Amino acid sequence: MTGVLEAIRAALPSAGIELLKNQSPCAQHSLLVAPKDARAVAEFLRDSLGYDFCSNVSGVDWPARKVKEAIVRRETVEGVGTDVQETIEREIPGFLEAVYHLFSIAKKSGLLTLRVRTGNRDDEVSIPSLTPVWKSADFQEREAFDLYGIRFDGHPDLRRLLMWDEFADHPMRKDYVPPDDYEYEPTPHDEILAKVKSRTEAA
Amino acid sequence: MSHLPSLSPARTIDVSLGPQHPSTHGVFRMNVTLDGETVVKLQPVFGYLHRNHEKIAEGNSWLAAMPYTDRLDYICSITNNWAYALAVEKLAGIEVAERAEFIRVIVGELTRLQNHAAFLGFILGDMGAWGTALMYAFREREKILDLFEALTGARMMCNYMRFGGCRCDLPPGWLETTRKLVDGFPAFLDEMEALLTGNEILLARLQGVAPLTPERAINGGMSGPVLRASGVDYDIRKVDNYGIYGRFKFRVPRGSVGDCYDRFMLRVLEARESVEILKQAIAGIPGGPVINPKAKQRGFRPPVGEAYGRIEGPKGELGFYLISDGSDRPYRFRVRPPSLINLTLLEELSIGAKIADVMVILGSIDIVLGEVDR
Repeated sequence: MTGVLEAIRAALPSAGIELLKNQSPCAQHSLLVAPKDARAVAEFLRDSLGYDFCSNVSGVDWPARKVKEAIVRRETVEGVGTDVQETIEREIPGFLEAVYHLFSIAKKSGLLTLRVRTGNRDDEVSIPSLTPVWKSADFQEREAFDLYGIRFDGHPDLRRLLMWDEFADHPMRKDYVPPDDYEYEPTPHDEILAKVKSRTEAA
Repeated sequence: MSHLPSLSPARTIDVSLGPQHPSTHGVFRMNVTLDGETVVKLQPVFGYLHRNHEKIAEGNSWLAAMPYTDRLDYICSITNNWAYALAVEKLAGIEVAERAEFIRVIVGELTRLQNHAAFLGFILGDMGAWGTALMYAFREREKILDLFEALTGARMMCNYMRFGGCRCDLPPGWLETTRKLVDGFPAFLDEMEALLTGNEILLARLQGVAPLTPERAINGGMSGPVLRASGVDYDIRKVDNYGIYGRFKFRVPRGSVGDCYDRFMLRVLEARESVEILKQAIAGIPGGPVINPKAKQRGFRPPVGEAYGRIEGPKGELGFYLISDGSDRPYRFRVRPPSLINLTLLEELSIGAKIADVMVILGSIDIVLGEVDR
């Protein structure tokens, strides 16, 4: 993985690329690529490093979340320095992510995980499509667009894949709320009744 | 000015094939534009069987996703279980019990045999040989499903694998029955081949239809028999050596032209290799527990991280991409569906072919809609 990273840095010095560690025992680390460089990096990986097979494209939703971090702060009180442990809360803004799993059939090697992130989850959801590089990303990017709302710039045919065209939302997002009435209930009861009541009271 | 309608030059017509067409293997639709009988455009339409398997799995515990994976490719539920179990084992670093590894290979290869048997029947149905060939193929498949029933209690929705092993041990006498079935299986393949592979109509319908170059197959993400039929030597059982496949001797058949006939014959050859693996696995199976006693099933919480695990399923590369946030349910549960991704090049393969060949091309890719639409 580090060899691949160095090769990319040598060939594309200006590319925004970063190694993300995976804490899992399988240690499948990934490369985070800036959207502006994704196409160039992908083409380099395919043409120069032999990653000819884009196996899997997944969308991932990361809503804004707060993480607690333990920090150690040096505090000096009346000339005596002491280390104070503190927990701070840090807010990580939300984003959507497309994860590409690449293999090399020519060299029978792999796995290389490539991640591209959007700016946020609302209006900056465009990242470049890698379908022109690997045709296999075609349907899978359409699926990520359908279920997550990631817009893939340069995709030849970016339409919904699984949901119907008139559907408005992106059901795989973490904050997706399924509608009450997608199955008609003549006599709502239990959870559905509670939902209907809260809706009518709010209106 | 004539009151007669003007005779327009040759026009194309749009035909909607499916979703309720017996040769689409389920609810799948293709919007085909035809110039006479020749396909000039083909747009697949998905989603008729979509129930958002991934969302359901993300709302359930890690173990509860296991029976749901049966419903992906419902012809081969056991290999779906295997791929998911493998990905979770990678994610959490779980060792698999030795005996379970052998059982996994045995049931996995039996799954491949019955899938390829069903494929032979289905593709002949797609060519117009309705019923008869399918009946012979299903006769053989039934025997394997009986074995699955004896082992797991279910013929198709087996729900058999667990993290670190398998759900239950082999019932008494099961291995002996399996050995007999495996020994008899090449006779079925010989019979099928004697009846079919030299058949003039079959050759005319398959040979030279929709050839696929290795470069296009790789770039299009084809996997499994479709990829190997194009002459690419890539079998995940050999490349990844997952499970204990490294211990068995078997060959990887390859096609040369990549046409429908190669894709057809490759399944026959692959089934013969599966028989070889089965013989070795049945002969070498050790005793011992069928599950790693340290592996937790209920209330299982893998460490924070992610893993991509894949196996050589009967239809192609079946992968699971899992992200854990340390809780009792998957943060992200993604299936890499070989049936869907193998359809990427369906339009490319079909353009220029006759409308009747589209069904054969689709049949030669071998899809199951439970996996395409998830």
